[in-house]
Amino acid sequence: MARVVVDVMLKPEILDPQGQAVQRALPRLGFEGIADVRQGKRFELEVDGPVDDAALARINEMAETFLANTVIEDFTVKVEESK
Amino acid sequence: MTARIGVVTFPGTLDDQDSLRAVRIAGAEPVSLWHRDKDLKQVDAVVLAGGFSYGDYLRAGAISRFSPVMETIIAQAKAGLPVLGICNGFQILTEAHLLPGAMLQNNHLHFICREQKLRVETSETAWTADYTAGQEIRIPLKNMDGRYVADERVLDELEAEGRVAFRYLARGAAADGYGNPNGSLRDIAGITNAAGNVVGLMPHPEHAVEPLVGTGRTDGLGFFTSILKKLVNA
Repeated sequence: MARVVVDVMLKPEILDPQGQAVQRALPRLGFEGIADVRQGKRFELEVDGPVDDAALARINEMAETFLANTVIEDFTVKVEESK
Repeated sequence: MTARIGVVTFPGTLDDQDSLRAVRIAGAEPVSLWHRDKDLKQVDAVVLAGGFSYGDYLRAGAISRFSPVMETIIAQAKAGLPVLGICNGFQILTEAHLLPGAMLQNNHLHFICREQKLRVETSETAWTADYTAGQEIRIPLKNMDGRYVADERVLDELEAEGRVAFRYLARGAAADGYGNPNGSLRDIAGITNAAGNVVGLMPHPEHAVEPLVGTGRTDGLGFFTSILKKLVNA
């Protein structure tokens, strides 16, 4: 089985209040020097069979139509090492 | 013949019963629709009710958008079927790309529940004909993901075409029910598609159709009488 990871992030121009809330909490906890935080989503897909170009194309389509809303989010697809 | 207005129930929908009730109070025949049914039971219009379909997992409305009933609704809405999306219904309509833009978490990260003052910006939709442009109404607002966003080009297009259907009233303090409650761009509370048959908004007109409950007013009833009038005249 191979693992494909889809990372979804809000587009840079979209306000991310969750990330801001995390960032504001950091100095209180003693973590200084973090200028900005943005929070995203990570999907780990365990894929049956080989992750060839056709499989990756289908995962890209899945990410574009469902896992991410491309009106507000960007996504990246990457293959992790097989176990 | 009485107009038949369908109200869709997804797993996690909360406001279907209030919506069915609003339809009945307005004088139409309410019809329950189930998310797994492709068949719309020959309804003349559809309400996508509020709530938290599929627990808002992934994104609000994202999973419901792919339900069997939505396949039919998307196709028929494009052909002119009147569809009203309230709150979660509005989120589903943006996810389905029947309306442009997207809904995000409120900018203050709190769930909000209050009486909201709105301005109806257009009476040129299937669901707002009984209001006048510029009319101010008070209906309940309750949501976690009510921040409307779209890129500048889409926002300019909506404004230019008169498709911003409702705006949060900007004057006064947010605590008075005035003001933008969630960071929605350009104070947008609801929009319509170009044809005027598909309308989505975050506040809940179905909770303001009887003086006994909600805001104690019936400011929301106009949505359901508007569609009825349109269907009777059609």
